[in-house]
Amino acid sequence: MNALSTGLSRRGFVKATLSAGGGLALGFHLPALAAADGPWAGAADGAEINAWLVIAADDTVTIRVAQSDMGQGVFTSMPMIVAEELECDWQHVRAEFASANRSLREDRVYQRMGTGGSNAVRISRPYLQQAGASARERLIAAAADEWGVAPETCHASASRVVHEPSGRSKRYGELAAAAAAVELEAEPAIRKPGEYKLLGTSVPKLDVPAKVDGSAVYGIDVRVPDMVYATVAACPVWEGRLSSVDAEPARKLRGVIDVLEFEDAVVVVADSFWRAKQGLDALDPQWDLGEHADASTEAFLERFRKALDDKGVVAKENGDAYDALEGAAKVVEADYSAPYLAHLALEPVNCTVHIQEDRVDVWTGSQNPESVLSVAAEVSGRPAEQVHVHSCFLGGGFGRRSRPDFVARAVAVAARVDRPVQVIWTREEDTRTGHYRPLAAFRFRAGLDAEGTPVALVNRSSTHSILAGLRPEAVADGLDQSSLSWLADSPYAIANLSVEHHLQRTHVPVWFWRAVGATQNAFAIESFIDELALAADMCPWQFRRQLLGSRPDMIPVLDAAAEQAGWDRSLPAGRGHGIALVEGFGSICAQVADVSVSRDGKVTVNRVVTALDCGNTVNPQTIEQQVQSSIVYGLSAALWGKVEINGGRARHGNFDRHRVLKMAEAPRMETHLVLAGGDKWGGVGEPAVPPVVPAVCNAIFAATGKRIRDLPLADQDLSWS
Amino acid sequence: MITLTVNGTQHELDVEADMPLLWVLRDFLELTGTKFGCGVAQCGACTVQLDGEPIRSCVIPVAAAAGRQVTTIEGLSPDRSHPVQKAWIENDVAQCGYCQSGQIMAAAALIKAKPSPTDADIDEAMTNICRCGTYQPMRTAIKRAAELAREVS
Repeated sequence: MNALSTGLSRRGFVKATLSAGGGLALGFHLPALAAADGPWAGAADGAEINAWLVIAADDTVTIRVAQSDMGQGVFTSMPMIVAEELECDWQHVRAEFASANRSLREDRVYQRMGTGGSNAVRISRPYLQQAGASARERLIAAAADEWGVAPETCHASASRVVHEPSGRSKRYGELAAAAAAVELEAEPAIRKPGEYKLLGTSVPKLDVPAKVDGSAVYGIDVRVPDMVYATVAACPVWEGRLSSVDAEPARKLRGVIDVLEFEDAVVVVADSFWRAKQGLDALDPQWDLGEHADASTEAFLERFRKALDDKGVVAKENGDAYDALEGAAKVVEADYSAPYLAHLALEPVNCTVHIQEDRVDVWTGSQNPESVLSVAAEVSGRPAEQVHVHSCFLGGGFGRRSRPDFVARAVAVAARVDRPVQVIWTREEDTRTGHYRPLAAFRFRAGLDAEGTPVALVNRSSTHSILAGLRPEAVADGLDQSSLSWLADSPYAIANLSVEHHLQRTHVPVWFWRAVGATQNAFAIESFIDELALAADMCPWQFRRQLLGSRPDMIPVLDAAAEQAGWDRSLPAGRGHGIALVEGFGSICAQVADVSVSRDGKVTVNRVVTALDCGNTVNPQTIEQQVQSSIVYGLSAALWGKVEINGGRARHGNFDRHRVLKMAEAPRMETHLVLAGGDKWGGVGEPAVPPVVPAVCNAIFAATGKRIRDLPLADQDLSWS
Repeated sequence: MITLTVNGTQHELDVEADMPLLWVLRDFLELTGTKFGCGVAQCGACTVQLDGEPIRSCVIPVAAAAGRQVTTIEGLSPDRSHPVQKAWIENDVAQCGYCQSGQIMAAAALIKAKPSPTDADIDEAMTNICRCGTYQPMRTAIKRAAELAREVS
């Protein structure tokens, strides 16, 4: 143990004091019931061992969480990773969100603060383990130094450092101040799978207690002294402009403070949200709808489909698919489409901003506090160092809250209001001006030989590029890899393959939607694989299995889903099993859906069995919850999800027309972890979204003989006799 | 002036009679545990109890609540000790948690009305939206909460 004790320095204390001020609690008061002892309070007290953790005199360990918690459990899983190495008593652990401002000032001490791509554990684990291990060794070194013994003769256990030969021990709380000043000569090694004690065990989430009594603070719950509220109406057609608005009808209403005109929107500021909304409702803004006022989903889809007549940009090629199709014994061809989808996070987007002489404070629930910070600096024209982002819990994210457009608007509003202002989008405004999962069209042509083995596949897709709007250089070759998930990387062995792509653009903004490209692609290709199984007269499970020669690691996952679901069980007329397999975000996921369809076409999803290989686990209970969450999210989309564009705008804005799954409609869900172990660490927040949709559609085919090639299911006639 | 009793405390409020109860709770009484999700009684995030009955406060004018007992998530128990809260913690139900105040208020009303709720009772009473899809553990927790409540009484 190479430790160098330098005695107590002030540095740890100074930093700890700063961090208490830089955390969530700064400059605003919590709503009435938000107890000061909660993990959301953000006022860590004690000695800061490193940027990730603070240990108080009473042994409380506060662990900073750099990722955002939108329900996926990182507020617990990230601290678990640190605590694994720290050897602290988990009962003494609390969590708080890390400061983006500090990360900016201290050379990205929190490495990365974005949350998406099911990346939190996958990317953060090594450096969080390191932070915990390093802190442990420094605590040991501090104790050894005090006792005048070799650090090697001491060990850490349950928040204490113990020197067994002399029977001495000291609590972390007693050692923290000295440990904060210890500098290690070399970083200790971190544990590997197989050596873990805490990781891999189910731990109750730290934020659940605050979420059962109303005290957890979401962006919309922030209350800053002297704060006012605002709500926004943007031009209903994207890229359109505000021509004029007579502010008077709003201004004369009680509580209305101001009516602000923007190039593309009008905003009403009032002393409460409802009064702001009353003000907005009283206005009759005149819009210049721009050049897209006649656009519609129907016309887009026609265009997307027309493109499929031609060979697209080749994303992947094996052999000669066109030649092999000519010689095939049987050719199967089908067109598919998938609609635009809104995220529909339950908490409408909102952001609170206070611009002062020398600082800008932003309170919001975002999937990326760093981008919030840079956008706020840009829009306010202030140096980034002056911007303080106070991370709140997210009332759902699903990708929506990784786009800081709402922050930009809120800062622009705040720049014209001399007080803190909370800008809240109505549900309708949130939905209609959202950024959607792309519309997509597909055409597949496959050839089978006389034995039913697929020998050729021409796989054409036509959809938006999300990256085109972010990093145009990434799609310079006409391909956006995020649009090609499970198309270009399909594991099924087909000797002659041509995966082609047509990159499309409409005026409708697109964005990452939970599990991204695989959600539309897996629906199409995993349904088409079933069509091929049918053409080959094979069971869809066995058909997939025989094509997985190059990916033997997928077979146990596929088998587990089928076997646990009782795949071979015979089901009555109108009821069927469907299977699908998708690998994404580093994890393999197979699902089997058991679906009933009434004669008049009503779909009931009875049960969904999931097998998941995410390699290793941090908090297995959270993994099961994420699988269930993914299933419910995917099913809502499959059954009812679509954003219909007509007259250039999204027609519907609220849950009456954007139906989502409720308790009575939720299937029974079973999750089986089929873990490869080793060095594999896969994500868990998204991989179970893509397969559930084709699994259900394939089950509907098994139940009714009706093949679903377009979504949502609510728009299809599923009646049978 | 409107007299409103929330969680046993009486408030005199100078607000419009047609202001929805939700916004009075959130913006005037700073009881932010009750959430805004849709504004049209579709999602249930704003569920509170009015004389013990679950209602969607985003469409109830504050005047309609005057003179009656309003209970919000903050008033369900002082210390997370209500059987539904205990069962929720025991089953680790919440994910993002945004809908949970409303779900808990609906569940608390359900187990009071039906001390041994069946699956059909739960399906009928629990119509709030959860976008995280916590329905399965929520169903388990409701049954557990009913059990805890029966033990107490």
